[in-house]
Amino acid sequence: MTREGPLPSPPTMTQDDRERWLDAMAAVHGLVIDAAQRPGVLLNLARLAEQYTLLADFDLESAKSMPARFEP
Amino acid sequence: MSPRDYATLGATAIADGVRRGDFTARDVTECALSRIEALDARYNAFTTVTAARALSASAAIDALRARGGVLPPLAGVPFAAKNLFDIEGVTTLAGAKIEALRAPAAVDATLVARLATAGCVLVGALNMEEYAYGFVTENAHYGAVRNPHDVSRVAGGSSGGSGAALAAGLVPLTLGTDTNGSIRVPAALCGVFGLKPTYGRLSRSGVFPLAASFDHAGPLARSAADLSAAYDAMQGPDASDIACAQRDSQPVSATLADGIGGLRIAVADGYFHDHASDDARATLRNAADALGATRTVTLAEIGRVRAAGYLITASEAGELHLSNLRARANDFDPASRDRLLAATMVPAAWYLTAQRFRAWFREQVREVLQSVDVILAPATPVAATPIGATAFELNGHEYPPRTHLGMLTYPFSFLGLPVVAVPVARRGKLPLGIQVIAAPWREDHALRVARALEQRGVARSEVAAGAMR
Repeated sequence: MTREGPLPSPPTMTQDDRERWLDAMAAVHGLVIDAAQRPGVLLNLARLAEQYTLLADFDLESAKSMPARFEP
Repeated sequence: MSPRDYATLGATAIADGVRRGDFTARDVTECALSRIEALDARYNAFTTVTAARALSASAAIDALRARGGVLPPLAGVPFAAKNLFDIEGVTTLAGAKIEALRAPAAVDATLVARLATAGCVLVGALNMEEYAYGFVTENAHYGAVRNPHDVSRVAGGSSGGSGAALAAGLVPLTLGTDTNGSIRVPAALCGVFGLKPTYGRLSRSGVFPLAASFDHAGPLARSAADLSAAYDAMQGPDASDIACAQRDSQPVSATLADGIGGLRIAVADGYFHDHASDDARATLRNAADALGATRTVTLAEIGRVRAAGYLITASEAGELHLSNLRARANDFDPASRDRLLAATMVPAAWYLTAQRFRAWFREQVREVLQSVDVILAPATPVAATPIGATAFELNGHEYPPRTHLGMLTYPFSFLGLPVVAVPVARRGKLPLGIQVIAAPWREDHALRVARALEQRGVARSEVAAGAMR
């Protein structure tokens, strides 16, 4: 990331944060995201962050660790 | 037999007729090929027709019968597979332009091969959402699949061709895949039956993945008996799919006649009520009343279940497609490209949090399933949306169909539970369906309930009137 410190938690994430997130991860992955794609990717990043917000405030203290292989 | 007579025959009826000598396998295959040629331009369900293979396979069945051999259980039944399944000699498109340049598959996917061993005759590959990532099948490269009950509307997705080919009477049996609802959504919107089995029950070997920890493969058909017959033919361990359970087959066809006596059936309320239209609620109530199901159950935290499912699917799909996103992002359907690009950027901690939540939710539902055997829920929030629609209205909110027609199916693939999508008869209205959900490895319970709904006249799958003119 281009900013100091950890990734901001989604509730406080701004559009600028998402722009930096996109640029940093595109560099990490070697992705070329052209101007026409950028708004759609940013919109989807916002949706993903919203989903994580729902999980982030849930108490998972009692949850078991993830099994190595999921079984129903 | 005329192509019109063929259109409404089910898989087991065709196999019985071939066995008795009422018609030959070649007659049946020619009817299927004739209907596909005459009608598929209207529905766009097929991407490849394997006529030569079909005629050769049906000739072999007729020759076996002529020399007094024992016919396999589904001898002469035409079927088609979503183009996510490998078919020997055919390029596995996965709904994508990118995959069109790949070499043809060298061998059939396990489930295609098992149906062929059971006597089924493959007639082609079916259109789908690009990389199975969406619920509408408005494919930018291969065109939208049109719903045979109203060609201005979507067939659902991602196995859109698998639902439409049945509803149009082109074939009596299809294969689809379901990561978050991709068998159940098109089954419901096209008015046919679909089975998403327990995670690990049916092999996915030779099936292009989307999100490996959620991917399932299964059959669609126009009756519970046909669905069961196909399911029975495909069961069994497969070492080439790491997720496929080392379990012997547990055939269900013979259990359908057992009825629902002794099964504890409940209706899912809460989220499933709140996220269903009045029509979808009425459809569920109709089915529940027919079964005498008065009990309700509340599954906790479904909003978070959807969130976790969304993150896991995105993470796994994004990683899967990363190399093509680097090299040729503009060859993706724009609707899936932007989702997949964003998906490559999900932090690992988010993915692992979602997987931990999944473990928590599994324990909650296991407890619920101690006291009920079967749960009923709507399959989709609304009926088929118009092709090109960017939103549907539900209880005062707007949702995009591509991502939200599966908002009621997510929670059960999240846990890998077996679910049968059952079409509920609605005279003069677009199809809607319900989900019949059972405990892990109890497909028999869900299929018995589906059969009971048919016997009570509540569940019915009919070839669309427009396809019979």
